[in-house]
Amino acid sequence: MTNDVIIVGAGIIGAACARSLAAAGCDVTVVDRGTTAGGTSSACEGNLLVSDKGPGYELVLAQYASTLWKAAAVDLTEQLGPQFPSVEYEAKGGLVVATTEAGARVLLDFAASQRSAGVDACVLDADAAHELEPDLTPGITAAVHYPEDAQVQPTIATEALMASARRYGARLLENTPVTGAILDSAGALVGVKTPAGDLRASRVLIAAGPWSGDVAALLGVHLPVRPRRGELLVTSRMPHRIFHKVYDADYVGAVGSDDSALQTSSVIESTAGGTVLIGSSRQQVGFDARLRVDALSEIAAKALRLFPFLAGAAVIRSYGGFRPFMPDHLPVIGEDPRMPGLWHAAGHEGAGIGLSLATAELLTALMLKRPTHLDASPFSAARASLAPHLKAASYAI
Amino acid sequence: MPSRLLPFCNDSIRPASPTPVTITVNGEPMTGVTGQSLAGVILAGGTLGFRHTSVAGRPRGVFCGIGVCYDCLVEVNDQRDVRACQRRAAEGDVVRSQHDPLPAGPGEATPTPGVTAS
Amino acid sequence: MIQVLVIGAGPAGLAAARAARRLGASVTLLDSSDQLGGQFWRHLPAARPAARERILHHGWDTFQSLSATLESDGGCRIIRSANVFALETAAAGPGTVHVIVGAPDGVGRKRLSFSPDAIVLATGAHDRTLPFPGWDLPGVFTGGAAQALAKGERLAVGRRVVVSGAGPFLLPVAASLVAVGSRVLGVYEANRLPALVRGWLPRPWQLLGAWKKGAELGGYARGHLAHRIPYKLGRAVVAAHGTDRVESVTVAEITADWTPIPGTERRIAVDAVCISHGFTPRLELAVAAGCALTLERFVRVDDRQHSSAPGVYAAGEITGIGGVDLALAEGTIAGHAAAGGTIGDRALRTTVRGRRTFQGFAARIEAAHGIRAGWPEMLTSDTIVCRCEEVTYGHLCETAESTGSRSLRAIKLSTRAGLGICQGRICGRSVEELLACRAGGGLVDGVNTDRRPISGTIRLGELAAAVTPADSYRLTSTSESSKGTL
Ligand SMILES: Cc1cc2nc3c(=O)[nH]c(=O)nc-3n(C[C@H](O)[C@H](O)[C@H](O)COP(=O)(O)OP(=O)(O)OC[C@H]3O[C@@H](n4cnc5c(N)ncnc54)[C@H](O)[C@@H]3O)c2cc1C
Ligand SMILES: Cc1cc2nc3c(=O)[nH]c(=O)nc-3n(C[C@H](O)[C@H](O)[C@H](O)COP(=O)(O)OP(=O)(O)OC[C@H]3O[C@@H](n4cnc5c(N)ncnc54)[C@H](O)[C@@H]3O)c2cc1C
Ligand code: FES
Repeated sequence: MTNDVIIVGAGIIGAACARSLAAAGCDVTVVDRGTTAGGTSSACEGNLLVSDKGPGYELVLAQYASTLWKAAAVDLTEQLGPQFPSVEYEAKGGLVVATTEAGARVLLDFAASQRSAGVDACVLDADAAHELEPDLTPGITAAVHYPEDAQVQPTIATEALMASARRYGARLLENTPVTGAILDSAGALVGVKTPAGDLRASRVLIAAGPWSGDVAALLGVHLPVRPRRGELLVTSRMPHRIFHKVYDADYVGAVGSDDSALQTSSVIESTAGGTVLIGSSRQQVGFDARLRVDALSEIAAKALRLFPFLAGAAVIRSYGGFRPFMPDHLPVIGEDPRMPGLWHAAGHEGAGIGLSLATAELLTALMLKRPTHLDASPFSAARASLAPHLKAASYAI
Repeated sequence: MPSRLLPFCNDSIRPASPTPVTITVNGEPMTGVTGQSLAGVILAGGTLGFRHTSVAGRPRGVFCGIGVCYDCLVEVNDQRDVRACQRRAAEGDVVRSQHDPLPAGPGEATPTPGVTAS
Repeated sequence: MIQVLVIGAGPAGLAAARAARRLGASVTLLDSSDQLGGQFWRHLPAARPAARERILHHGWDTFQSLSATLESDGGCRIIRSANVFALETAAAGPGTVHVIVGAPDGVGRKRLSFSPDAIVLATGAHDRTLPFPGWDLPGVFTGGAAQALAKGERLAVGRRVVVSGAGPFLLPVAASLVAVGSRVLGVYEANRLPALVRGWLPRPWQLLGAWKKGAELGGYARGHLAHRIPYKLGRAVVAAHGTDRVESVTVAEITADWTPIPGTERRIAVDAVCISHGFTPRLELAVAAGCALTLERFVRVDDRQHSSAPGVYAAGEITGIGGVDLALAEGTIAGHAAAGGTIGDRALRTTVRGRRTFQGFAARIEAAHGIRAGWPEMLTSDTIVCRCEEVTYGHLCETAESTGSRSLRAIKLSTRAGLGICQGRICGRSVEELLACRAGGGLVDGVNTDRRPISGTIRLGELAAAVTPADSYRLTSTSESSKGTL
């Protein structure tokens, strides 16, 4: 079998996989119906978080990712040179705060469970929290500092990973939608159809973010990835007054929730440009990108609970994207047992930027049948927690 | 003083005689005419540069004059991000230049928390 | 009763409001300014009325009668200092319009929202100024700034001034400057005679008549202009010089496609320079409403001025740069149609005929004065393109090259061009054009810089606050609402 792979999707997951596979010597072609970083990976924040993850498989992946990012930030700069914009990697740390008694209990219990899983989650008293964030509301009931939380600029990170992949020999086909499967007589996937012609390879990897379910359907299998809308506000540039990623403790609840109605929780951070990003909402509305002022208003109100001084901040823009939501809250990474030749790297919900490098390493090891850094079975398409959500019958092609 | 108000007595459209309005700009009193924008008062006082930019520290002032470019931003009565060309001067307005330095990048000296640049 | 919401109280919006009222619709007219009249009829504030304001304006009597009619009409609610900051589409009808009312960039302003039966968008345009070395120096203004300060405050932006760019608008700018006592050392029109002849008539001075329909400059300014100010074709200000403010400019001859011709440069000492290369329509609300745009990027409308979005009409400069008379005609038709009238109605007959006459105007301006492809030749690698984020031409090109990106969205996000507080209003189109020729093979992501979900800034505290029910919101007086605003 030859080591050729077609990757569908040039978001951060596709770019990271392309880089890792190409560096390992595979013959990689990335196809995207749009351009690199044209999807969710440029409509999000660039948080690389452990703080929002409780003990479990996703946390293990995130902890692995966190070590990879530190090294990759340096490697990418070296490989791509000073002309290339910086990925703005910054290990600034996260501060999660509660503002109610009930919230405090939940947060402290959560942090204790994370510590037992090896997360650096340091409980701070109010004074210590205000030392880190002097403008934080005086009304906090608990605060936990997560020094391992970091960030990158997600669009640049995606571009950098793709540029790196191309230097390792990967090919990129933009403006080329995948429209169907090419199967051999035994029913194995051996390529994809596009308006520009057929592309053949012994493996096809779906890394199409929230559209991964649609692409899977085009290729003939069911994958329950659903879009979950998220919106953010951007302020004008202001003097630097927010130094960490600061979250309301109810963010943790929202991330893990299945609720499809509007939920908002505060995630606030400064960017290298001096603006402040204020997130975010979670709402299942299909791929409907309509502006929803009520959601923006709720995001604004919650942000003020953490940083009252922001009341005077000027909002200059809102933007949003669709998180690739999985019903059992874990990405799918690996081969699809239902169709030989079909692979997945999809369903990272609100953590795809952070998890991209770890996903790529895991996937590359699986494809090349090398030992994996961590147990890959929890991310398998064949895992038990996903089974109830998979439709048995394949699609007709 | 190259930018200036046309003296009303010379004005062929014969405006009503002006009522003065006094504001302070970076602590200095400046007197304009009721109904003028803050930008107009500052310009008529001969100042073209209202602030310095965040990256290169270059001076900026009025550019578009109609509220679209945001180059004329000033702080008015402790409120940031006010377009001087859009806000009419009110008696006693305290106007200050707004400067928004970029956050120090990783590895650079971190600014002291809580101390905002003037 | 049909509820019509008109956004923008320039010529187009005023005409739309009056036409909708004539058919008995209930009308709400909003403008972010505390004065009616838009860019064209900008005038001294109520606090400082001028006895002979009319000599500065074409159609001042039309304006007076429009505003007096609407102000005294109980069926027309005028809300001044009302900035529409968002437009939300709905499953049925034209959607919900979100408004913040109070001093520009104030705090604690009131939030209102409206869900009318029809919306007339009449948000106008602003100057387009191309980047060139030194254009970020204080003392470099858009033509619109010079005019707004002259008309609205009687302020001269400089004593020795040069006007440069393209289009018939350069002439009223020069006239306004002269009328407040500036010495205009020259007006430099980038295009050359053949282009002007193609677009206009042989004598460029007739542009002035066409644009302003004659007399509004007042005999004084007109005479002064025509006789004393050099009006030069095929030349442009290609650089502004100075340390903390502009001290001089370089004027050079440029080719028909706007490439500067080496050896023709001449330095002129100035204390201000006014540049305008045309106009950019204010499209963000139209884009938010889902209106389709034309190839030239104006709102596409049918003969009723109806856009592609249900219940959304558009009039004035956002449908094409055509001057005040076209704006008035389009506004009248839009208001009439929005209130349920049909285009065949007798009352519209002369207006529809008028619109046809004025429509050719937009095409002629473009043919004569349109921006030509050679303009990037004026730039050096350290010329700032995006003023807000101080992104240089060199950085833009380097990033496009090093990433290999052909996505406007991605290049914007990796350079920060257009991400600043003006949201690409000033640099957007220039960034698009520069990248279209620099990014290998051109941009392919189909994105443009006209989408701005938040139109104008709003304070976070204001966004968090509840909406004041529009019906319970009463204007106590116009002076209350206009306090401290412009
Ligand atoms: C508001 C918001 C905030 C977020 N914040 C964070 C955060 O702070 N940290 C974090 O780690 N994550 C965050 N995320 C999540 C993160 O953005 C995603 O998990 C991640 O971007 C997914 O990357 P991807 O490569 O899988 O998908 P995408 O970036 O969406 O890429 C998928 C690509 O597939 C292409 N495609 C689709 N269909 C086809 C087809 N038929 N043929 C060819 N190509 C196709 C698309 O064009 C697209 O380019 C956030 C998400 C949102 C919405
Ligand atoms: C600075 C300037 C000077 C000009 N001078 C001349 C001239 O001398 N001669 C000439 O023939 N033409 C001139 N023009 C061209 C002029 O725009 C048109 O001739 C005419 O004014 C167009 O009318 P309009 O109704 O389409 O738009 P405008 O007159 O521009 O009116 C649009 C109105 O919409 C309002 N608005 C926009 N967005 C919002 C929002 N989000 N919320 C609330 N209100 C909003 C604005 O405040 C404005 O009052 C000038 C243009 C500009 C920009
Ligand atoms: S000068 Fe452009 S916004 Fe004031």
